Amino acid sequence: MAISIEPLSLLRLIPLFPLLMAAGNIFLGAWWGKKRSGLLACAAVTLSFLLSLWVWWHLPAAGAFRDHLFTWIESGTFKAAVSLQVDPLAAVMLFIITGVGLLIHIYSLGYMGHDEGMVRYFAYLNLFVFFMLLLVMADNLLLLFVGWEGVGLCSYLLIGFWYQDHTNTIAGNKAFIVNRIGDFGFLLGILLLFWELGAQGVWTLDFADLKQSAHLISPQKVTLITLLLFAGAAGKSAQIPLYVWLPDAMQGPTPVSALIHAATMVTAGVYMIARLHFLFSLAPLTLKVIAAIGALTAFFAATMALAQNDIKRVLAYSTVSQLGYMFLALGVGAFSAAIFHLFTHAFFKAGLFLSAGSVIHALGGEQDMRKMGGLRPYLPTTYLTYLASALALSGAPLTAGFFSKDQILGQAFASPSGSFWLWSLAWVTAGLTAFYMFRQFFMVFHGDSRVEQRLKAHIHEAPAVMTMPLMVLALGSIFAGWLGAPEFLWGSLWDHWLQPFFGGPEGIPHGDLSQEILLMLLALASAGVGFFLAYLFYGRSGKIPDASWAGGGLYRWLLNRYYVDELYDRVLVRPLTSGAGWCAQIFDLGFIDGVVNGLAHRIREASLFWRRLQSGNVQHYLLGFLAGTLIILAYYLGR
Amino acid sequence: MTAPRMLFFILATLAIASSLAVIAQRSVVRSAMALVATLFLIAVLFLALEAPMVAFLQILVYAGAIMVLFLFVIMLLHPGASEGRRPLWWGLGSLTALLLALELITFISRSSPPTVQQRSTAGGSFGSPEMLARSLFTDFVLPFEVASVLLLVALIGVVVLAKREVH
Amino acid sequence: MAPLHDYLFLSAIIFAIGVTGVIIRRNLIVILMSIELMLNAVNLTLIAFSRSLGAIEGQVIVVFVMTVAAAEAVVGLAIIISIFRHRQTLDPQEMQMLKW
Repeated sequence: MAISIEPLSLLRLIPLFPLLMAAGNIFLGAWWGKKRSGLLACAAVTLSFLLSLWVWWHLPAAGAFRDHLFTWIESGTFKAAVSLQVDPLAAVMLFIITGVGLLIHIYSLGYMGHDEGMVRYFAYLNLFVFFMLLLVMADNLLLLFVGWEGVGLCSYLLIGFWYQDHTNTIAGNKAFIVNRIGDFGFLLGILLLFWELGAQGVWTLDFADLKQSAHLISPQKVTLITLLLFAGAAGKSAQIPLYVWLPDAMQGPTPVSALIHAATMVTAGVYMIARLHFLFSLAPLTLKVIAAIGALTAFFAATMALAQNDIKRVLAYSTVSQLGYMFLALGVGAFSAAIFHLFTHAFFKAGLFLSAGSVIHALGGEQDMRKMGGLRPYLPTTYLTYLASALALSGAPLTAGFFSKDQILGQAFASPSGSFWLWSLAWVTAGLTAFYMFRQFFMVFHGDSRVEQRLKAHIHEAPAVMTMPLMVLALGSIFAGWLGAPEFLWGSLWDHWLQPFFGGPEGIPHGDLSQEILLMLLALASAGVGFFLAYLFYGRSGKIPDASWAGGGLYRWLLNRYYVDELYDRVLVRPLTSGAGWCAQIFDLGFIDGVVNGLAHRIREASLFWRRLQSGNVQHYLLGFLAGTLIILAYYLGR
Repeated sequence: MTAPRMLFFILATLAIASSLAVIAQRSVVRSAMALVATLFLIAVLFLALEAPMVAFLQILVYAGAIMVLFLFVIMLLHPGASEGRRPLWWGLGSLTALLLALELITFISRSSPPTVQQRSTAGGSFGSPEMLARSLFTDFVLPFEVASVLLLVALIGVVVLAKREVH
Repeated sequence: MAPLHDYLFLSAIIFAIGVTGVIIRRNLIVILMSIELMLNAVNLTLIAFSRSLGAIEGQVIVVFVMTVAAAEAVVGLAIIISIFRHRQTLDPQEMQMLKW
């Protein structure tokens, strides 16, 4: 079903404000001072948010909006333009990016208030918002890729924000490089798509045109293209095997983790597949692969979260796990459900991260949960917001997470491309999720205090500028999910909103009502068991249990994340580095430089030899004259 | 072998001998004297070649004025040091010059004598001052004037060059 | 009178001797004298041809050669005096400022 498109030139203002403010902070930030740059940065995002709301309000009447800025590439019949487009899917993303983004900007005013590099921080943050907006508003694949790369860049800059510490820069490098590997696949996919369509005579990368012509490509090629594109999504959205950068990305400031590595950038992969859903629908094999990887990632990441001791690491693996859920949904064809979970996840994950930030701020930088405990009396507001978000993540009844996760689980079981095994993996993961979430909750806020003496005196609740956003996010965690309730409750506004985009009956198929309720109850049961076990081990007594529960070996494996990083290092990184070293030292320095330098050397030697002719002695020169004359005479004699 | 030819050979041998003396003598003064002798011998050869005017000019100007000048300078500077023996260089230089001589001789021997042209008898016998003057002041008057300027320039130049520095 | 060729041979030999002197000797004055020797050889050639061709122009040219030779010898000697004043030597090997 085609959507009618109306031109709207104020679309360009939405990404423009953050871009301008980023530039402003870069060039004038030192003159503005920390406070002013922070406020201006927030103002820019506020304007974008208000504009997004306006667009969202007027969208149903129009169908979709487009803003064509200028033609970027023109070659033969191929045209790629810098052109922005907002349809129902993009509107959702806009809301998340500017809305949650705004909350995090405000939070950062407090969290980064004492940091020397605050001006630089807000410049990078605004730049990130710009690129992310570009990504979701792009109307062709090339412009999307520009935004894609841009957010990768900002992620690198922000992870390594405190660059004086070497571990932070290494983490930034890791993120960027692993991303690049995925991007390689992504780029190949784009090129192959371009080529294949071109072979049919259609030279375009605009989404609208792609949708019309996707059926022209042969099924095998479509499968290959979509697999390559998924490689890119796996890199950006931290799925197996390219997830390793996300836990390390926690080296960056906590608001960055909330914005980039929970709510927005990591969801770009999900968004990209949703936007190209018509292409992926033509490749059932790829969808199976996506679902399988999504489910596996969800499970594995959850197991790794069980054993972590750093408060942010747990949340990082949780993010990987939840992203796995989203890909699982995409893989079984429940595109709307995937985006719904993306939406709710933005709220509660950002809420969790910012609450964790509040705890870290209160403890003066401590992040090890074994040195926390009993913080409830000191941090009452943070306690409540954390609880709300944790309940949502675990899928407690009537919270946002409950509805969105429920939809995914339902689809995983019932959809024609779903299966029992996919569902069961997701179901177990739900239980694990509840367990690790409340393990963290009890370790941090309940029980005996294990906080170091010197820090105890300074524990204080966060300032209002930080707690306000927390409360908004907590409310969102609870209520945002009410948009997508199943039919027997009050129906899903969500699917209704996205239907024009995804078309067809891709909303919740009105399957067996009793099956739906059964699945819902099973999900609740799984979460309940998880919660109960966490309470048993961590909540009841005041102390944390001995670290060797469930057998020492298994624990060590989980704590060290199955030694995956070490494996990558041994198998990939070391051979590459030594190969590069060989190229640099032996081949380049030795051979190539040797040839070039050697050539120069020989020439110099020759020249040193021949310049002795210039003896300065006139009589030698005369002899030379004479010799020349003789030769010429001899020539004439010979004729 | 006619008498004139034999005379020529004697003169030629002497001329070559004295030329060799010019370049081979250790003492500069002796070289200068050998050069004077060579110039004289060549003047005699000029006489034999029906160029009496030029012969006398040779003796007066070349042997008389120029060589005196050379001797003046030699005496003024009296350079003392004698050169070391350098057989390699001497051998190389002589060899090259010998080759030159051989090539020239080969050239000459291959060429045919030019045709004798009719001599004009206007203005005295061949080689006389009158004939010389006639040609000099009519056909060659411009070079003649230029030559006088040249001499003037040389004169001035030499005075400037050889002056002692005025402090 | 000897045939033309004989005079030409003699001239070539004297010229070659003059060239040898310029190349071999290490005294500027002797070098200048060798140059005079070469000039004389050429004069001899010119006079011989003048007689052989019956053209007086040869002798006129010789007069000019002598004039220029005189000027040149004089200037050369002045230069030699200048050089000797500065360097106290007449050895061309000592004057190698054109060396690399």
